[in-house]
Formats: sequence, C-alpha cells, structure tokens
Amino acid sequence: MTLGLINANPVVQAKKERLARTQDQHRDDHDDIRDPEHPYSLEQLSVLSEDSITLDDKLNRILITFTPTIQHCSMATIIGLCLRAKLKECLPLHYKVDIRVSPGSHADEDSVNKQLNDKERVVAALENPNLRQLVDECICSSEM
Amino acid sequence: MDLMEKNMELIEVQKLEGHTDRVWNAAWNPVSPILASCSGDNTVRIWEQSSLSRSWSCKTVLEETHTRTVRSCSWSPSGKLLATASFDGTTAIWEDLGDEFECISTLEGHENEVKSVSWNASGSYLATCSRDKSVWIWEVLGGNEYDCASVLNGHTQDVKMVLWHPTMDVLFSCSYDNTIKVWWSEDDDGDYQCVQTLDESTNGHSSTVWAISFNAAGDKMVTCSDDLTLKIWRADISMMHSGEGYAPWTHVCTLSGYHDRTIFSTHWSSDDIIASGAGDDAIGLFVESKQHDSVNGPSFNLLLKKEKAHEMDINSVQWSPSKENMLLASASDDGMVKIWQLETIP
Repeated sequence: MTLGLINANPVVQAKKERLARTQDQHRDDHDDIRDPEHPYSLEQLSVLSEDSITLDDKLNRILITFTPTIQHCSMATIIGLCLRAKLKECLPLHYKVDIRVSPGSHADEDSVNKQLNDKERVVAALENPNLRQLVDECICSSEM
Repeated sequence: MDLMEKNMELIEVQKLEGHTDRVWNAAWNPVSPILASCSGDNTVRIWEQSSLSRSWSCKTVLEETHTRTVRSCSWSPSGKLLATASFDGTTAIWEDLGDEFECISTLEGHENEVKSVSWNASGSYLATCSRDKSVWIWEVLGGNEYDCASVLNGHTQDVKMVLWHPTMDVLFSCSYDNTIKVWWSEDDDGDYQCVQTLDESTNGHSSTVWAISFNAAGDKMVTCSDDLTLKIWRADISMMHSGEGYAPWTHVCTLSGYHDRTIFSTHWSSDDIIASGAGDDAIGLFVESKQHDSVNGPSFNLLLKKEKAHEMDINSVQWSPSKENMLLASASDDGMVKIWQLETIP
C-alpha cells in the first residue's frame, strides 16, 4: 500500500476533493487495522468509516472518531493506540491527530478521550513493550 | 520598563540539533552558560556557549543510563548537579566533573514513569512525581546519598510536574486530575501535608495542568493546561515568612484565546515576562498590564505570539537566568532546541 498523501506542498484544490482523496487514503490505512478481539478489520466491524475523519482548514490537523463495538468496550484505548501508531507511520510528522470515540458510543467516553489525547501518556504507553507488541500485532503489516 | 510600548520581536539565535527524538525539556544552568536538554531518545545533551564565538555546541551526551524517555531535567541551585527524570521509573543525579558528567546516584521507588524533578532553593531537598499519582520528597545527604523523606499521596491521577517554591520549602504539584496541590510541613519536621488544592471550584483549570512557574519574588504563580488557558495566582507570602501560618493561593486572572492546542509549558522570567509553549507550535509572551484595576486586580496582556516557532508541538519554554539578555530556550517534538532573544525593534 502506498500513501498518496506525500503532498508536502498541497496544490490548492477544491476542499471537498482534497478531503475525499485524503479520506480514501486513511480508509486504506484503516483497512489494515485489526480489532484486537475479532479477526475482522475495524472497517469491517463498522468501528470506523469514511464519515469519521475530519480535516481542518489548515490541513495539518485531523480528528478521527471511532465507534467501539460495545458500550463498555475495554479495548477502546487499545484501538485508539493502534490508530495513533498506524497514523504515525503514514502521516507527515507534523500532523496533529485527535482521536475520540463517537459521542454516546462508550460508557467512559470522556475518560477514554482524555487518555487517547494526552501525548505524554500515549508515548509512554507505546514505550511499554507489552502494549507495543499488542499494538504491532493489531496493525497488520502494510508492506505485504 | 514598559515593554508594551515598544516593538518587540523574538529572534532565533540558534537551533541546537542532535537529539534523534522529541525534546521534552530544556533547563539552563543557574550559574554558567550551559543548557541541558532531555529527549525521547533516552539521552540528555549538555550544550555550552563558547566565550569566544558566543555560539552554542553540544559538549557532552549523557547516555546509557536511562533506558526510556528522559522526560525532564533540573539543575541544583549550585549548578554542579543535574537531576534527570525518566519514564524508566528512575531519577538520575549527575555531577559535572568538568570534562564529563558522572551519574552519582539513581533514585528508585516510583512504580512507573517519573515525569518531573525539582530542587528546593537551598538544594537540600529534591521532589519527584509520577504517573503512579504520588509525589516523593528526597533528602540530600552527604556523600552522594539520597534518602526518601516522604511519599505524598493525594492526586487522583498522573502527576505531571513538581516545583519547589523559590524562597520557601513549600512544594507544588500539578496533575492529569486537573488540580494543583500545595504541600507544606508546618512544623518544619519533614511531615508534609497537602494544605491546599486548586481545582475548578476555586477558579482552577478544567483539564490536565501541565506546568507551574513562579515569579522571582514567589508571590505570584502561573499555571498552564490542556484547557487551553494560562492562569495567574497570588498569595500573601509575607504572612508565611513571618510565621503567621499558611497563606492560601487565590486566582487572579485567566489568559484564554491565545493558544488553540494544549499549553505544555510556561515560565515566568526574572523581569516579569511570562512565556508559554503549546501544541500549536507557538510561543506566547505576556506581561502585566499597567492599567491597574483596583476592582478586578492585575491583568495580563499578550506582548507577542511567535507562530511556527517550531515545526511541531513545543514541550518546554525556559528563560535564561542570565541578567545580561532576555534569552529563551524552547524544546519541541521536532527534535530541536532553539535559543531565542527578545529584542526591541527600532
């Protein structure tokens, strides 16, 4: 899978078109992320969809919302970490990514969102070898 | 000096490259032209200014000690020791031997990542804090010995930063639990208790508080947060100096609308300029307004905002203690440390 978003100096295009292109790429990225508990990808489980990606006008900020399969999904933070790890591989380094569960989709929505968007906590979590291994297993290799 | 009446600019003096991962913190040595920076690459870099060329270069790299991210570093008041706090759960103490630095001690005890370390004004105590929600106070004994004097529990979440008051042995901590806590040993017997909590009910922050900084006199404090604001606080510390008991901190004003991403760091200079560094890649500088409103109290104005100061999030801003010039160091996710000079434009 190649990432067409290697567009360091984006040409001015219709915003809708640019948005659609980038969403396609992100959708491709997410095809590769397995739900930790199921053998299907997040997209197949409708945890993620095209609607769940928002770019802002400055085009270096992305908001991703995802819907865990159940309200008390204990893997919500892991899914979020997988999304971050995968996006870090695919996006230009200066992109700022916010990840949230879709409103109303999780019992501990605020708590999960806060953890997923605390940069220091995310970095520390991904430095933890056990968590890192789990995350790596969920992110199917994109070089295949 | 009324800075608001002049045209000021933050000029980039030098970019210090070398770290191979994000730089979390930069700390100026209190007595020499030396800057320490610490990074996600597990190392600490010591940068020195050449007296001839005035340019900064990397004098030494402290490596092979911490096994994970080094999150913050702090010089002792004498400038001879450097404490480094790491996600590996330890705090290392390094001694500057001239040619090199030697790790003379390792403080262990926290259950997980250590986030911050601070020396008190006399250098007799160290404090550390961690994601394990606790704050530890360490006594500096002779012969490179450090002893845990106290374990302070109270925060309900990850503690992001600890800072000793500049003139009194009062300890401040701020946390993912959105509060700032003040710890004091009333009888000066080493028994520290939480004597105040600044939370939303006392005009406090509504999200994670990332940093604290005091003015030189120690009667004002600035805090910054994930809630996108900076808050100014004050206390009648003369009351404490004269032994009349604890003087509580009260909210003075809130600076909002200047950053649109988490504000990770703030630092109050000795000439009363507050710097902020945030996830919007910008540095903000604020000064107290001359128009004193006796009803509403002091207010602060934006002196300038340096957009795109770095390519990525700014994790730390620190004013140099040097009286000669207004130098500011910034550290960023982009792996750079930058040195800035605040100048008046003619």
